[in-house]
Amino acid sequence: MIIKSVRVLGGEPVDIRVEDGLIAEIGPGLSGGEVVDGGGAIALPGLVDLHTHLREPGREDAETVLTGTQSAARGGYTAVHAMANTSPVADTAGVVEQVWRLGREHGHCDVQPVGAVTVGLEGERLAELGAMADSAARVRVFSDDGKCVSDAVLMRRALEYVKAFDGVVAQHAQEPRLTEGAQMNEGVVSGRLGLTGWPAVAEEAIIARDCLLAAHVGSRLHVCHVSTAGSVEIIRWAKSKGWNVTAEVTPHHLLLTDDLVEDSPVGAYNPIYKVNPPLRTRADVEALRAALADGTIDVVATDHAPHPVEDKETEWSAAAMGMIGLETALSVVQEAMVDTGLLDWAGVAERMSAAPARIGRLPGHGLALEAGAPANITLYDPSVRTPVDPSGYASKSRNTPYEGMTLPGRVVATFLRGRPTVLEGKLT
Amino acid sequence: MNRHLISAGDLTKDDALLILDTAEELARVSERSIKKLPTLRGRTVVNLFFEDSTRTRISFEAAAKRLSADVINFSAKGSSVSKGESLKDTALTLEAMGADAVVIRHGASGAPHRLATWVRGSVVNAGDGTHEHPTQALLDAFSMRRRLGGLDGRRITIVGDVLHSRVARSNVLLLATLGADVTLVAPPTLLPVSVGSWPCEVSYDLDAVLPKSDAVMMLRVQKERMNAAYFPSEREYSRRYGLDRDRFAKMPDQAIVMHPGPMNRGMEIAAEVADSPRSTIVEQVANGVTIRMAVLYLLLGGETLA
Repeated sequence: MIIKSVRVLGGEPVDIRVEDGLIAEIGPGLSGGEVVDGGGAIALPGLVDLHTHLREPGREDAETVLTGTQSAARGGYTAVHAMANTSPVADTAGVVEQVWRLGREHGHCDVQPVGAVTVGLEGERLAELGAMADSAARVRVFSDDGKCVSDAVLMRRALEYVKAFDGVVAQHAQEPRLTEGAQMNEGVVSGRLGLTGWPAVAEEAIIARDCLLAAHVGSRLHVCHVSTAGSVEIIRWAKSKGWNVTAEVTPHHLLLTDDLVEDSPVGAYNPIYKVNPPLRTRADVEALRAALADGTIDVVATDHAPHPVEDKETEWSAAAMGMIGLETALSVVQEAMVDTGLLDWAGVAERMSAAPARIGRLPGHGLALEAGAPANITLYDPSVRTPVDPSGYASKSRNTPYEGMTLPGRVVATFLRGRPTVLEGKLT
Repeated sequence: MNRHLISAGDLTKDDALLILDTAEELARVSERSIKKLPTLRGRTVVNLFFEDSTRTRISFEAAAKRLSADVINFSAKGSSVSKGESLKDTALTLEAMGADAVVIRHGASGAPHRLATWVRGSVVNAGDGTHEHPTQALLDAFSMRRRLGGLDGRRITIVGDVLHSRVARSNVLLLATLGADVTLVAPPTLLPVSVGSWPCEVSYDLDAVLPKSDAVMMLRVQKERMNAAYFPSEREYSRRYGLDRDRFAKMPDQAIVMHPGPMNRGMEIAAEVADSPRSTIVEQVANGVTIRMAVLYLLLGGETLA
């Protein structure tokens, strides 16, 4: 197969020959066999999400492995890391293998399960991390995401233990006592709205502690969904020490701010903006963008968190936390980072494909588009601008905060080991 | 005026003065032997109360009935709500019944905003979580204006749990609109971290503020705050922030004492202060009915006043 006329990382137009799931040749004027017209789209290595909630098993009303991976493919992803907070929790080899196998059977993108750090996400004793690492699912990322591993001893032990199989602990940094009943960012808006605040310090204190612990035991730490300017400063400091700390930021924290809770086209207190960690201030958004640009933050991860309508059509405090994000991630990154001149397409490929694959120790993903590499390819047209309309999304859920906003770009095609999962913007 | 009354901050100065002036006219009706006006005949007002608040509910009920409206009381306890019905479904039910106004009291901040997106009638916020209670602020302003002769430039001190107080939020917004100078006094733990952005002054020292106050509004201290380390003990709170007889003596001679009720006598306010002639606490209750009549009257566009 020949993919005609694409611009690798935004460069000059070339053609890509794909054979046996691998990139055979890249160059101008290739011909022969089946042809897919790239139409001058930008070619990126297939995107890798380090932070996806697929909800299966347990909440198949919100998302399934099938619909979640279809959503991922439409967003240009060829691999997603499925978070462990399912029901039952992915804290045994059995559950992670089930999720991994479902991903293989559906085939829309690779599903790499994340294992829970503690049994039942209860924060009391370690789950069988080694069993999950040795299972068919080959788990390398461990996280209690949704909950923080707040016990310092348990966190230390987890960081130490996963060294045996080159694992990483991905921490949801949230000091629980400082965030009891927390509803939104603690600041000017929460004070006016009378909503219990989620202070930045509750994130920053845990990140600081975990960086010190990771340094002390010589292990790898990954920080999930960094949301504050202060967190950025701490991570920058830890990296300057040479410590093995990586971090991610979500698309929504790169674009949206907490004043939307008070004033937005969809009305005040609309839980479509309720997410954990919460939307922060403009100053935080600016700091996160700068950190992603300079590499302090390594990765954009979606924290795709599907919820059914009835869990969002409620009063604010009763609503579920989270936003879907797989099908808008690249557009939001273009809006926040590329169109602002902070990141070029090579930078996007690094932050959304290479770095997450490296941190997740995911073989066959995140590799540069060159002869011999697996043909995991995303074609993206950055030239269009369209209003966000979730009615056509593959995700089962519709809880996108961008509905009605105009965002740039569209995923034209996604190839998983040479096989198109999306063509002309549609699932194959 | 807006179709709804959800936040005191939505009221312009003209809106607020119109409500207060309308209430003055309606107050004269309350002095008659027959208190009822025909203005809202055939209109339906629903009192939708998700929290127990007999005082506020009967105040709204009396206000609606004096204007001849049909009143439906919908209490969450023992209703479909306690069986898990969502706020949206409750709203759609009320909509189908043809409610012209829904008076909502809810434990969640912002519930009236959400309700207003699902019903066509007017929404009146009768207290939402720790957000606002605009008719309380209006009745407080009404009470102050009557006692102090006006609000412009008057020095109003609000003391207590500002962080969790919907009364304080609404009062700060409304009093600022009406030109009063507001000072909040509380232990720092009971002030929002962002209080510096509010249109008022802040002090931790009640004794310093009292001599410069034309009105002092004491807020109720909720029992659950007492157990959550916001302050060391009830006695210490009372010593530092309670309005006892000695502190009362430091206030200017004409200054008044207010409390939205229910009071913790002996905690935030001493009994003899609460019962003094300079206390407006009982008047506030009576004025509550009057101000709520004015709000319903103006929102529902009643006929001309009799």
